Amino acid sequence: MEALGWWGVPLAVLGGAIRASTPFLFVSLGECLTEKSGRINLGLEGTLVMGAMSGYGIAYLTGWPWLGVVVAGSSGMALGALHGVVCSRPRVNDIAVGIALMLFGLGLAFYLGKPFIQPKAPRLPAIDLGWWSSSPQVRAALEVNVLFIVGAVLAPALLWALNNTRWGLAVRAVGDSADAARAMGYPVNRVRLLSTVAGGFLAGIGGSFLSLYYPGSWNEALSSGQGLMAVALVIFARWDPVLCFFAALLFGGAGALGPALQSVGITWGYYLFNAAPYVLTLLIMIATSSTRRTLIGAPGELSVTK
Amino acid sequence: MRPLGGKPRGAAEALIIPAGALAVSLILFGIFVAFAGANPLAVYRTIYRGAFGSWFSWQNTLQRAAPLMLTALCTALPAQVGLIVIGGEGALVIGAVATVAMAAVLPGVPPPAVVAAMLLAGMGAGGLWIALAGGLRHYRGVNETISSLLLNYIAIALMNHLVTGPMRDPAIVHRPSSWHVGEPNMIGLIPGMDVHWGLVFGVVACAVTWVLMEHTVFGFGARVVGGNTRAARIAGLSVGRLALITCFIAGAAAGLAGMTEIAAVHGRASSSLVAGYGYTGILVAFLARQNPLAVIPVAILLGGIEASGGLMQRWHDLPDATVLVVRGIIFLVILASEPLYGRFRIFQQRTA
Amino acid sequence: MMSVQDGISRRSVLKMMAAGATGVAASLEVSRASAAARLVVGAAYVGPKDDYGWNQGHAQGVAALKQIDGVKVVEEENVPETIQIQKTMESMISLDGAGLVFATSFGYWEHMLKVAAKHSKVQFLHAGPTVWKDGMPTNAGSYNGYIDEAQYIAGIVAGYTSKTGKLGFVGAKPYPASLRNINSFTLGARTVNPKATTQVIFTGDWVLPVKEAEAVNSLADQGIDVVTCHVDSPKVVIETAEKRGIFSSGYHVNQATLAPRGYLTGAEWNWPKVYTDYVNWLREGKTWPHLRRGGLKEGIVRNASYGRPVSEPARKHADRAKAGFMDGTFVIYKGPMKDNTGKTVIAAGKSHGQIDVWLESMDWLVEGVTGSTRS
Repeated sequence: MEALGWWGVPLAVLGGAIRASTPFLFVSLGECLTEKSGRINLGLEGTLVMGAMSGYGIAYLTGWPWLGVVVAGSSGMALGALHGVVCSRPRVNDIAVGIALMLFGLGLAFYLGKPFIQPKAPRLPAIDLGWWSSSPQVRAALEVNVLFIVGAVLAPALLWALNNTRWGLAVRAVGDSADAARAMGYPVNRVRLLSTVAGGFLAGIGGSFLSLYYPGSWNEALSSGQGLMAVALVIFARWDPVLCFFAALLFGGAGALGPALQSVGITWGYYLFNAAPYVLTLLIMIATSSTRRTLIGAPGELSVTK
Repeated sequence: MRPLGGKPRGAAEALIIPAGALAVSLILFGIFVAFAGANPLAVYRTIYRGAFGSWFSWQNTLQRAAPLMLTALCTALPAQVGLIVIGGEGALVIGAVATVAMAAVLPGVPPPAVVAAMLLAGMGAGGLWIALAGGLRHYRGVNETISSLLLNYIAIALMNHLVTGPMRDPAIVHRPSSWHVGEPNMIGLIPGMDVHWGLVFGVVACAVTWVLMEHTVFGFGARVVGGNTRAARIAGLSVGRLALITCFIAGAAAGLAGMTEIAAVHGRASSSLVAGYGYTGILVAFLARQNPLAVIPVAILLGGIEASGGLMQRWHDLPDATVLVVRGIIFLVILASEPLYGRFRIFQQRTA
Repeated sequence: MMSVQDGISRRSVLKMMAAGATGVAASLEVSRASAAARLVVGAAYVGPKDDYGWNQGHAQGVAALKQIDGVKVVEEENVPETIQIQKTMESMISLDGAGLVFATSFGYWEHMLKVAAKHSKVQFLHAGPTVWKDGMPTNAGSYNGYIDEAQYIAGIVAGYTSKTGKLGFVGAKPYPASLRNINSFTLGARTVNPKATTQVIFTGDWVLPVKEAEAVNSLADQGIDVVTCHVDSPKVVIETAEKRGIFSSGYHVNQATLAPRGYLTGAEWNWPKVYTDYVNWLREGKTWPHLRRGGLKEGIVRNASYGRPVSEPARKHADRAKAGFMDGTFVIYKGPMKDNTGKTVIAAGKSHGQIDVWLESMDWLVEGVTGSTRS
């Protein structure tokens, strides 16, 4: 194997972007859909971790990692439904419910996940997109999981569906103005409930990627806040699913920057490099927000943009 | 945005609905542990014993409640002006770092003066940190929930950077830690109790901010802003100033928690400071329905549940995450009970 | 399909899930009633006690105590290094009658000393590189193993097995015990291949699965073909190395089942012996030193059995070095020795034996290591 030296840094960031972006991508697509309907679900961190745990557990118990993915999505749907139902009640604050759900989801996942910390579950398979290269580093960087491809396809599909289908119209109408949507005959709470359930499904799948593919292990520190970050990422991406995809790549790659720089001998400011995605998001929010108008692309009913 | 705080719609209602919600949560939790094979009644008894069953348990509970009172204010106060701030963890960390820095620039100064300066530094730094979120909201329209969340991560990274580099005490070789604030500057325990001064700070802060919010012109103005920003503007209130000052006080409370962690517990800043007090504080604030005075009993309740968490591991073989599950259930049930306010005639007649 | 027989069996997991806490509550009163006559041992862990790493190693030690008649064990996991650990220890003493407390995380030390000062009849022991000094409570002490001896052996094995001569080390933070492991590992490798180098990456914290996987990947990208680590839970490091098709060397406990192809050996703790000793000494009324240390010779640390890729000459060489540790003749840190900035750290003719406390505040990386002690 030949050393790459400095060339290893961009390659590591690219590989890291592909490897680490999938959970960001799924959670942010799910959150994007939920927010388009006018609700914010801050609890997706709990959903992500619950998905990671349940997916890993089921894959281990049955030997089928794909069944784990399905179960992870289903547990995400259950948490999403809980959010949707509680928020449907009058005067209930969706941000608060999200935080509650985050605590609950984390607690439940840690509680039920104890027996699965030790055992080794079968992993999801990878697709070798770097077959054309003779460099093992390039091949490793381009080793891609099916879920990443699904996510990459899902992003434009979701954008198209939001703009061109009847249910996409319903989601957007409900998200822009509940009163107008009601006048048009849309069942506001039901649309929001279903959007949150679908969002939870995607976030749960994002979790299963963490436990079943990369890093491919279950433990309580598995998600260092990816679920929470994805919520910020949606705002960063201006509620556009395709931009969510690129933002997820950016966030994933940023996480790989610290270790990659160290491997070529740059060790200063390590913690600051790790904080780069957070600083970046905050700066972009500052640069693009305004008090005079709501954010471009922001659903009108969304509490965080009002 | 709907007002989060505001006057309770009646004292009886404000007491009975949360109590009922708490009872429901405990029943749900009992069913949950029964599924895990534990005896719910025995678990309830353990929670009681671990939280309030003896003087030792009481002190354990109060000790754990102390930082939660302060971090809860970090969410409860901005809620009065209609902002949802979840930055308590970051403000605590920043307050702690400022406390250490202040002690470091005052060598040879008499301890009471250093303690006073550390209080100001911790509170000031925490206050500015949350005021930053409030200011970004007011002047740039940046959502304060998301920005305060991001500021948590940034604060922790900043602290880690400082204690591994510029503020590192080279004498502490085994773990990156900042300089010590000096043994004479440590504030220690409340006389006669095995609980540090953070408890007094917490209770006083809750009481003072309650008076401020409920019984002063400032508090009235803040709550008008929280109720309806446009109406407040029309009424000639300085919305930005009220919001910024409220955020500053909120951050100062969390910064005070950080100062206490340094001056009463750790003596130096290190990654041990990041213990989730800020996130638990959000829960306390919502359970207290953003009322600063109600924060005190709710923090004690949550502290009690945490105090009994160890016993659930040791006596019932339940995992440590049991505490997280109880907290999650209580939080969800309390939020789900929100629509019940104003629904019961009996309360309204009595309190009309 | 991968085997599910690794580690614990599927059946035992199901049993764990189903049983939960059955029967524990019922027997509670009985066990507490007779507690007076028994020795209650309390143990606190900073993470989950089945993490394939640091905490699991200690939990294995504590589990051995459960086998001793008349000993009752109370444990808490995920106890943060704040005032909460003080309260946990005091609760074990006040409510369970603990007479011996094991505090198994570095950050517990200061807290443990405070509690020890208040409870003079209870014995307190801390796992880590901490040193008892005059003036500290006399009922407190610490224990630690020279696990770098096992890392030195692992380094020899790695030096033999590596084709590129480039080794990798994933650390959490650049603190002395980590640096000592890195240095001993590198020195071991360089006895075999004087040109061998070790690239170090610090992740920044004790458990960061995604960063650890990222670190292994970027090491592999740099052409490194043997990876070892010092993080709390090496599971991710070992599994990622296996996935990348490079060799790995374990840490804390045995991870051979996680990497059947690439696992070479590993540096492991042997806490059951240490913990059992303490309990026996206490029951026999013996006193113990405030500072207990030991390496391969004392049986506190050990190496995992060699994996398949380890050649016969490598095994022989490693076993020879091990014999040197066992009879106490071999010293790792002998001058002249330079650090990786070219500065002489140990002068010619000078030597620091394992028990030398100077080694426990190591702040340099030996020649051949790429990386910095700053993070």
